[in-house]
Amino acid sequence: MIYFMHLCENHLVNRINRENFLMDVSDLRKGIKIELDGAPWTVTDFDFMKPGKGQAMYRCRLKNMINGSTLDRTFRAVDKIEKPDLEEKEMFYSYSEGDFFVFSDSETYEEMRIEKSKLGTQAYFLVENAECKILFFNGNPIEVTLPVFIQKIIVDTEPGARGDTATNVMKPAKIDNGYELAVPLFVNKGDVIKIDTRTGLYAERVSKA
Amino acid sequence: MRNVSAKHEDILRFSAIRPRIEQRAEIVFAVRDFFRRSGFTEVTTPVRISAPAPELHINAIQSGDAFLRTSPELEMKCMLAAGYEKIFQIGPCFRKNEIGRLHSEEFTMLEWYEAGADCHRLIPFTSEMLGFVSREVFGKSECIFNGITIDFGRYEMLPLASAFAKFAKKDLLEIVDDGKFEEILVDMVEPALPKDTPVFLKGYPARFAALSKLSKDNPGFAERWELYLGGVEIANAYSELVDKNEQMRRFEEALLRKKDAGETVYPENRLFMEALEHGIPECAGCALGLDRLVMVLTGSESIGQIMP
Repeated sequence: MIYFMHLCENHLVNRINRENFLMDVSDLRKGIKIELDGAPWTVTDFDFMKPGKGQAMYRCRLKNMINGSTLDRTFRAVDKIEKPDLEEKEMFYSYSEGDFFVFSDSETYEEMRIEKSKLGTQAYFLVENAECKILFFNGNPIEVTLPVFIQKIIVDTEPGARGDTATNVMKPAKIDNGYELAVPLFVNKGDVIKIDTRTGLYAERVSKA
Repeated sequence: MRNVSAKHEDILRFSAIRPRIEQRAEIVFAVRDFFRRSGFTEVTTPVRISAPAPELHINAIQSGDAFLRTSPELEMKCMLAAGYEKIFQIGPCFRKNEIGRLHSEEFTMLEWYEAGADCHRLIPFTSEMLGFVSREVFGKSECIFNGITIDFGRYEMLPLASAFAKFAKKDLLEIVDDGKFEEILVDMVEPALPKDTPVFLKGYPARFAALSKLSKDNPGFAERWELYLGGVEIANAYSELVDKNEQMRRFEEALLRKKDAGETVYPENRLFMEALEHGIPECAGCALGLDRLVMVLTGSESIGQIMP
């Protein structure tokens, strides 16, 4: 019973807070994030329209922040739009556990489990203690942003020819978790390299084996 | 106010758009030439006025105890009442909170009135003006906008009801009753309009008559048309309402609707009331967004590209 009351109270608080989560259509701009049909969306394109002395219309192209799908929606000046409950937290990656990655809050050390599948290929670039930015929607993690550069050791590649310093000729190489990428000829097994996590491409060599 | 967050980039932008600004000057010159040759007198009426015409969804910017005009309509109609027959004006107008690719709070209007004419007569005249200006400035009767050639040698007249049926598969009057007119117009009709020739959309439902007369043959519709070039609304024309009582009634209704919508309401424009009392002759008028016309003729993507 006490638990039930607690739930009701929470619900009420949420509803009151919701009132502050509304914005006017005239506040829409490119880059603004809104909530629609229970999902968070980014406004990627925006156009003000006002046909034939009629009411103002705001045509938006929206990108779903969870699954990346796009949607065209036109709002009228009288419409109210929900602001999504979004929060970004700094967390560092701790360890892997079954189907989950476990992150820890940089301030409180509170742990948070995130399904591995949410990270997609980004999972290859997760290194222990990496400071990540995690975006929460209604308290649920929806996006993990890794540091731009991470360091990995090369575990397999053809030996490079001595004296070959060309940076524009590439060969395949593998890092410890099996991810394959192209590296310059002079990079050897055991070298530590920097990878750009935004593109998954080789950035530079950090140290030689 | 334009350029409110002034940056050094704005100065660089001014120099980047110079070729278009020079074309703009040629276009404005050709427009004046066309109207002068057609027997029109250029007039300059006040920009700061006691009250604009009350129109729902159009909001004036206050300037001290007066307003910046949203169009030169009322003052020009006063001149018609005084006996001027063919007048035109090119000048700044202001509409609050209208900012976008095709909108600016401050913009340039080309507006003209002809006593004794109705809005149908303005269609070939307007089409002729487009061809004249294009030939004078670019040496040919066409322009390329959004990758499509617009041929000014011809034009299409399209009743709104047909456009709604054809492009949106909707019944115009039902859509008006549902309050979805603007939504369907911008989402489904405007994008599908023919883009290779000027299009005159006509047959606006009486509800959207604004300051136009209702059709004698079909009072459910207004004597009004809008010109589209490349799918962009360029001009709006009426057979002007000159009946004093009907005009007062529509102003009162517009004021009430503005009040309900939380929009700014204006006092009465006394000068215009005097003109109505004195008698405004039967006439037709057209208001054309000159910035948009320049945008289309110069193949620009937004009015920002042709406004310093």
